Amino acid sequence: MKPEKTPSGKRREGAGKTILTAAVYFFLTVWALFVLFPFYWMLLTSLKSYSAYNGEYIPTFFTLSPTPGNYLEAFSAVPLAGYFLNTLIFTLATTALMLFVIVFAAYAFARLSFPGKDLLFSFFLSLMMIPTELVIITNFQTITAWGMRNTFWGLILPSVTSVFYIYLLKENFEQVPDELYKAAKVDGTSDLKYLFKVMIPICRPTIVTVTILKIIECWNSYVWPRLITDDKAYFLVSNGIQEIRENGFGRENIPAMMAAVVVISVPLILLFLVFRKKIMEGVSRGGTKG
Amino acid sequence: MKSILRAWLYLLPALLFLGVFLVYPLVDVMIYSVEEGYNSTSGASFGVGLYNFAYVLRDPFFLMALRNTVLLVAITVPLSTGIALLISLGLASVKKLRHLFQTIYFLPYVTNTLAVGLVFMILFKKTPYTDGLANLFLRIFGAGPVDFIDGPYWAKMFVLCFYTIWVVMPFKILILTSALASVNDDYYKVARIDATPRWRVFTRITLPMISPMLFYLIVTGFIGAFKAYSDAVALFGVNLNAAEMNTIVGYVYDMLYGDSGGYPSYAAAAALILFAIVLTVTTVNLMVSRKHVFYD
Repeated sequence: MKPEKTPSGKRREGAGKTILTAAVYFFLTVWALFVLFPFYWMLLTSLKSYSAYNGEYIPTFFTLSPTPGNYLEAFSAVPLAGYFLNTLIFTLATTALMLFVIVFAAYAFARLSFPGKDLLFSFFLSLMMIPTELVIITNFQTITAWGMRNTFWGLILPSVTSVFYIYLLKENFEQVPDELYKAAKVDGTSDLKYLFKVMIPICRPTIVTVTILKIIECWNSYVWPRLITDDKAYFLVSNGIQEIRENGFGRENIPAMMAAVVVISVPLILLFLVFRKKIMEGVSRGGTKG
Repeated sequence: MKSILRAWLYLLPALLFLGVFLVYPLVDVMIYSVEEGYNSTSGASFGVGLYNFAYVLRDPFFLMALRNTVLLVAITVPLSTGIALLISLGLASVKKLRHLFQTIYFLPYVTNTLAVGLVFMILFKKTPYTDGLANLFLRIFGAGPVDFIDGPYWAKMFVLCFYTIWVVMPFKILILTSALASVNDDYYKVARIDATPRWRVFTRITLPMISPMLFYLIVTGFIGAFKAYSDAVALFGVNLNAAEMNTIVGYVYDMLYGDSGGYPSYAAAAALILFAIVLTVTTVNLMVSRKHVFYD
């Protein structure tokens, strides 16, 4: 319902509104370009040949002769494929293990009853306040003492649990009507079967969200892998890119570096474009970064 | 009885992992922090006391890291929250292309900080071959060229803040956009009937309604910025002390590992100091918010 206005007042307001809308679109576009520009620049630079790039004292904003050579170089001169494979193994193993751990814990909190449940759950929630930076010191010592430096287990084990995801999943599990559980119990269905045949299928959306968020987290993790690996054979992509930067193709081969950056960024960007809604929803429910 | 046993069995993996990698380390880090003269190679210490804290607080590298971190927090938290609010208000006022904008704005969230940091580095770096794009831009205004990566302190701090803001914006825009969308439209309808001026609508309706989320962002923003580290590594490399760009978290890791590493006690003391700072700032935030945040 718009308020009544005199014709002239309406027109004046209309013109003011158009200008404001135009200004808003201009501002939003500027920010979009600001966000996209680094991506454009890495793609552009990765397609320039080494000599062309270094011949440009004033960088050009496009290239007329794109070359795939840098990508070949990125895979041959540094073990990029190896970093990739390591990250894939690390990401999949960590995510799978985490799902196993949190599904059972969330089920116990949501459906099973045992003395001290509420107390234990409050304790779990309070664990969310512990900053990673604090516990990483001892974890580093622990993994070193276990002789797990430069192994996948050393990379994976400390990243397996997430109290927050247990909490998220427990909330979701509790929304499944109790009657279903009672009916299943009457039919003599075991808890394990009920969990896998009823709970998990019903709560699939949350499980998918948690999985994707964990995959993003694993793919981008840098600090822990850097502490725990110094053997290139176990580097993840983040450490790989840092290694490339410090002494990869020779410090000056920027185009090859950018090709490696593109290759590392593409999988997550694809994942994002496919699961855009789920990711943004999941992050607004519980992600933090910044 | 059997069902109780089953419950604990289901909880066992989580309890094990949390116990070993979260609860025990929390206790252990406090022990480390008071063990004087502990050294990873010898594995022994010669006493208990507060020497580690005194050492860290006197260490020029820690003080540099502290200064950098505080500057980074003071610059990026207000700026990024303010810009995010402007962008979200802009997004809320348009219909066409809104999803496209939202998708684009969220992209930095899913990218690898280290990888994209490299792109920012080459945009700002001055090499013998080229002054870099940032300097090309500066020249339009008759300034520069400045080496933002290996040059003067303020230039390096500028790039660090610039990149940090680029990285943290997606989360803030996302949260504020959904906060704005959840404001009950009836308030706006009433304001329109009363012909309330735009600015008044913003200060009297929008701002109070989104203030809990805004406050949440400020708190998480402070916490996140105090823990800054990988952005700096992405821009300046692993030797942050040499670049004068170390952060508190960077200092903790340097004490733990690498050429200057092997001193978990100093690392623990520094991490606890950081935690105390974060806790204090969060408490102050909470106290301030009680006066200004509107919860319905």
